Amino acid sequence: MSEAYLREFESFTGAATAEGPEWLEPIRRAAMERFAATGFPHPRHEEWRFTPIAPIAQATWRHGGIGGAEEIAREQLAEFVFGHEEWCTLVFVNGEYAPGLSSAGALAEGVVATSLADALRNGGDLLQRHLAHYARIEESPFTALNTAFLRDGGLIHVPAGVDLSRPVNLVFVTTADAAGAVIHPRNLIIVERNARASLIESYVTLAPGTRYWTNPVTEVWTGPNSWVEHTRIQRESEAAYHVATTEAEVARDGHYRSFSMAMGAALARHNLNARLADQYSEALLYGLYITHGEQLVDTHTVLYHDHANCRSWEVYKGILDGRSHAVFNGKVFVKPEAQKTDAKQTNRNLVLSDHAKVDTKPQLEIFADDVKCTHGATVGRLDDIALFYARSRGVPQEAAERLLTYAFAAEVIEEVALEPVRDELDRLVLERLEGR
Amino acid sequence: MLEIKDLRASAGDKEILKGISLTVNAGEVHAVMGPNGSGKSTLAQVLAGHPAFRVTGGTVTFDGQDLFELEPEVRAQAGLFLAFQYPVEIPGVSNAYFLRAAYNEIRKSRGLEEIDSMDFLELLEQKLKVVQWDPEIMSRAVNAGFSGGEKKRNEILQLAVLDPKLAILDETDSGLDIDALRTVAAGINQLRRPDNAFIVITHYQRLLNYIVPDYVHVLSDGKVVMSGGKDLALELEARGYEWVDAQAEALAK
Repeated sequence: MSEAYLREFESFTGAATAEGPEWLEPIRRAAMERFAATGFPHPRHEEWRFTPIAPIAQATWRHGGIGGAEEIAREQLAEFVFGHEEWCTLVFVNGEYAPGLSSAGALAEGVVATSLADALRNGGDLLQRHLAHYARIEESPFTALNTAFLRDGGLIHVPAGVDLSRPVNLVFVTTADAAGAVIHPRNLIIVERNARASLIESYVTLAPGTRYWTNPVTEVWTGPNSWVEHTRIQRESEAAYHVATTEAEVARDGHYRSFSMAMGAALARHNLNARLADQYSEALLYGLYITHGEQLVDTHTVLYHDHANCRSWEVYKGILDGRSHAVFNGKVFVKPEAQKTDAKQTNRNLVLSDHAKVDTKPQLEIFADDVKCTHGATVGRLDDIALFYARSRGVPQEAAERLLTYAFAAEVIEEVALEPVRDELDRLVLERLEGR
Repeated sequence: MLEIKDLRASAGDKEILKGISLTVNAGEVHAVMGPNGSGKSTLAQVLAGHPAFRVTGGTVTFDGQDLFELEPEVRAQAGLFLAFQYPVEIPGVSNAYFLRAAYNEIRKSRGLEEIDSMDFLELLEQKLKVVQWDPEIMSRAVNAGFSGGEKKRNEILQLAVLDPKLAILDETDSGLDIDALRTVAAGINQLRRPDNAFIVITHYQRLLNYIVPDYVHVLSDGKVVMSGGKDLALELEARGYEWVDAQAEALAK
């Protein structure tokens, strides 16, 4: 299997599309070698046992050069801009930056929001310092593969002391041309000391029902005393595969806040790893997955408490219908020196059908003794008494079920700071519930 | 308006209501009193269609319709309202959203157009005055984190907005301090009209100082053991529920 990827790799690195600074070549090559050595995760591998990746591993996927941007009109992307065309929006069609569909927006002085491919052509030691620094190829074969083929994606750099007053919107859209192809988006977000930034990272499609594979990796550096809100929306084609990795590292006094919505793809896996890399930093991870049909949505989060006095707060909720399957695995590692750690993790699942299935597993490994760490996981149905309450006010059974299901989702959506994004997430939930 | 005849109901294997009869006409306020475990709250919940109870005998008609033929939401749409003893918290949905959804469902069921959020806000402003409340409460999630008093007040606000024909207040006074009790009672009094009716369920006579009933019924062990005018409540307060039990025993012999 690896040979096919090796052949693709040789033609990829030989082609002009992979042009970039000299330092990148050995990084790509090492990543390719890593993947060639490990291959895809074995089905019995502990980290992957609920996630049948055989359809990804056994298929042969086309690499690169898909095109498709020229066939898209700006209006088709209107529903992905949260009603704010004036925001800086970078659009990537089938993995490739589409300047004609993007909007520069008004950004504070010194802020860079551009395509990684463009940035790589210009080189610069900023990229060298950060790119592939947080996402380690040893962590997962998917990260290795992404790194071997990394070429384009979003690059956001917010210099020290700058407040990015408006969010930057990264939109990865696929078209029917993506059928049978793999896309490896690579994003790098660097928010320097005392800066503030909000970004949205969406994976959407104009061709529901198209089978493709997206393998994105996003690296986020939250600098000292900086504040980052990172909203992720996964609405891939329901015939597609989505295996994503987010690596966030938070410096001293830094605040990283993530919200992740997953409702697309036949099989979706999100590895979200947040490293509290110095004292007094915090990471807040919120998430919502809504599944139906035969979907499988898998979330694996890891919180690394490497230092003392850090806080992590995690709330993931799931709504499952049909024969869908959700997996949640939340790890919290607390190192011996990480005293006064405050970590709380919650995973709550609402099951709407008899055939849906949830595997949820908290995993706390605590090596410090003066810490506050809690976790809780629930899997349940709508509350009968709450349903009766709504019905006793005149709301019919089905509408009452929808209302309470929406309430369950809305309670976590409320954690998104950006109102237009919150409204859009609300809309997506209501739309899904109305289609039941 | 409401005609209860020999109503029997059980929770699981346990019979709680053992043959209750009661008639409520438009314009009337009926107080239902009784000691703990006498079946007061069960009566309220059975009338509203609570899923925990099973009706095992008797009939109830509401405006001529067989009440037990109707789903809980249809009873509400027909004009029946239960103010819960323990109002349910619904985190994630604002008080305004929930109440507008209910209001519109009731309108829809009557063939009326749904009201938009602007018009609803205007209506709310009027109704909030009934319970002397600031609009701020409407953006909070339904009952979530509300104090006991706020929850009860919220029930009366819902009552004011939904404007039912028959309102059943299930121990609305429990857990209220005297100021909150006065506010809630004043709100209810404002809503009294010749074309609506109230069943006020309470353990204590205190509430009835503020909401003066036309009739008082006393429940004991799932049966109405005494009925009378408003003075019965005072007598009950003076003599205690032991007196009722003694009367009930005498009745049984």
